Amino acid sequence: MKRRKVDLKALPGKTAQEVDTRLPVATPLRGMLNKVFPDHWSFLLGEIALFSFIILLLTGTFLALFFEPSLQEVHYDGSYLPLQGVGMSRAYETALDLSFDVRGGLIMRQMHHWAALLFMAAIVVHMFRIFMTGAFRKPRELNWIIGLSMFWLGFTEGFAGYSLPDDALSGTGLRIASAIMLSIPVIGSWVTTSLFGGEFPGEIILSRLYILHVFLLPLILLALVSIHLGLVFVQKHTQWPGPGRTNKNVVGERFVPRYVIKQGGFFMLVFAVIALMGGLFQINPIWLFGPYEAAVVSAGSQPDWYVMFLDGSTRLMPAWDIRVLGYNIPPLFWPTVVLPGILSVLPMAYPWIERRWKKDYESHNLLQRPRDVPDRTGLAAMALAFYLVLTISGGNDIVADKFHISLNAMTWAGRIGILILPPLAYYFARRLSLGLQQHDREVLAHGVETGIIKRLPDGRFVEVHQPLVAPDEHGHTDLPYVGWTVPKKMNRLGALGPAVRGFFRPIEQPAPPQQEEQPREEVTSGKP
Amino acid sequence: MTPDTPRPAAGAPKQRGRARRRLNSALRMFAALVFAGGIYAIVAPGGAQGAAPLTPAAEAGKALYDVSCITCHGANAQGVPGRGPSLIGVGSAAVEFQVETGRMPAARQEAQAERKDPQYTVDQARQLGAFIQELGGGPQLPEGEDFASKGDIARGGELYRINCSSCHAFSGGGGALSSGKFAPSLEPATDRQIYAAMLTGPQNMPVFGDNELSPQDKFDIIAYVQNLKTDSDPGGWGLGRFGPVTEGLAIFLVGVVALVFAALWIAGKS
Repeated sequence: MKRRKVDLKALPGKTAQEVDTRLPVATPLRGMLNKVFPDHWSFLLGEIALFSFIILLLTGTFLALFFEPSLQEVHYDGSYLPLQGVGMSRAYETALDLSFDVRGGLIMRQMHHWAALLFMAAIVVHMFRIFMTGAFRKPRELNWIIGLSMFWLGFTEGFAGYSLPDDALSGTGLRIASAIMLSIPVIGSWVTTSLFGGEFPGEIILSRLYILHVFLLPLILLALVSIHLGLVFVQKHTQWPGPGRTNKNVVGERFVPRYVIKQGGFFMLVFAVIALMGGLFQINPIWLFGPYEAAVVSAGSQPDWYVMFLDGSTRLMPAWDIRVLGYNIPPLFWPTVVLPGILSVLPMAYPWIERRWKKDYESHNLLQRPRDVPDRTGLAAMALAFYLVLTISGGNDIVADKFHISLNAMTWAGRIGILILPPLAYYFARRLSLGLQQHDREVLAHGVETGIIKRLPDGRFVEVHQPLVAPDEHGHTDLPYVGWTVPKKMNRLGALGPAVRGFFRPIEQPAPPQQEEQPREEVTSGKP
Repeated sequence: MTPDTPRPAAGAPKQRGRARRRLNSALRMFAALVFAGGIYAIVAPGGAQGAAPLTPAAEAGKALYDVSCITCHGANAQGVPGRGPSLIGVGSAAVEFQVETGRMPAARQEAQAERKDPQYTVDQARQLGAFIQELGGGPQLPEGEDFASKGDIARGGELYRINCSSCHAFSGGGGALSSGKFAPSLEPATDRQIYAAMLTGPQNMPVFGDNELSPQDKFDIIAYVQNLKTDSDPGGWGLGRFGPVTEGLAIFLVGVVALVFAALWIAGKS
């Protein structure tokens, strides 16, 4: 038999050639594979959300194989003894079975839940990065809006998932959601009855939430994620200003192979953190909550952290019944419908608000350091303070109980804090930014502080500065402020980047001490 | 008194007559009172307070009471306004609960006395209880130390979630009430203490008398609570079982922090 000779080395190229003659992919692929991504740790925050989303899809698929969103009344007969024989819905029963009787079910449930929390956390952190560096400016306003929409979709998706197991905490959350819907003037009762198929809780709500949770919302999220990433590809990633970087180029690493390898590694790390948390930290112990019954509302009933700010706003809202045209608008309406309405629309409009405010209508591919736009940084700090006060107020009963503070004092601290802290945060963040900017400008004008204090003949003390370039006759250097790192220490001088990259800061290795080899005299007794 | 003002002569015998009349009526009243009191003493049921001898345990309890409870609760446990309530009718269950958990003697006046190391041994607490019981009656604990084994855990769980979890939380870890008051953690509570708490409603807790929760219901709840403590968290570290608050904290302190470090590390490798 004659062996056919296959040139293994030529095989990949040949295959590619064959593919390309049939499907013209070489040209677009080349552009894509050679796409350059700038490299900075803060650009990886969005990836955490992306990777958590992938893990959510994977673990969620596993859970869906065993979960039944049915409100059919059953009696538990599984292996968790304290609920033996207790009447509950089929949904709760299957959720318990997932936790105790399905092999690997509990860690999957916990990973799913931790991944959901991480997904939302990464979205928020990423959003702050985008906001504070001005990455939302023209031409990326659309991506900013898509990102914000994904936050609210993730919020809804998370809430739907939280409600599915039909434990007492889920049911309490759903009850609050129905109350919020009821508080909407004019249409409230229609919205509620049509969503719940009648009076709360009805028999249909879990099926509806389920299809929302496993199909509709993930699909929309997936579509938005694709558009979000596609736009990053098309519009190119923003980059920090710096040597060699302009508004028209991108300095970084190619998509393939380096960027892909790094991202693959990062995915593994995200997976590892979620798996570790799923295995080590218990989350949402539904077996402790018990099945939902209308009479059961436990102390410490909180939503997941990303919904907690609305719980907080509700707790802080004074009980003001406002009558309009003879109708009563319940106080619940303001913190739970009006506030999220403002919080979703205002940030979406912010890119255009800032354009008019700063009269800046240009396209920007270079980022701004937070210190270089003190007003915006102040706004970010203000938003963060606002959000933090609300979120802490959402858990104020736990804080009050564990730190022995009066719950009433916590509520009043929240009410006062929500008015006072955001402006204070704005002020301090703005001053901080201006101060940092000033220090950069000082270095550009005078040079790096050497730490050498010199005493002049007339008795004065001055610190010796090392100018970055040759100074003029007044000892000043006239360097332009470009909004990028300036050397603040002598050993950072002359380096585009640190020569030896360390973890957080460059490792400055001192040169090994030079010891001159001196001929040594042998010590003798002196006798020949 | 002006000495030059003469008293009318006719006035003296009249005054004497009035004094005699007064004396007479006072004597009559005294006699009537003695009569009425004597009749009452004969007719009224015996065993008036203080008259019946205390049992030895109650005597020992009284000795303890006179040392450290009397200041706030008064010599006859009738209470002292602004310091402590009356103990008449609280029963030995309440005394045992308060003393065994160290809440009484109270450290100071505040929204709620906290659990602390007990000042008295269990025996002493029961002696105090016996004293208060014999003084004014009230609810008593059943015999025995182990109530949990008499209860049905699953049924107790249902009762716990409906009756107890709204303050003590699903995990038994406790929760905040208004103005610095709180529902304490059930972690250190023994069977008898939980029973006594339900029976007597100490501090800000409502009373769950035998009409609300029958003794068997109470045993069921105790069985569930004690099981809750032994129930080791199958999902890993329970994060204090505080619910989503600590979970939210964990995702930022562990998840986000770890991954930001990872990002710093990966982005630095270029």
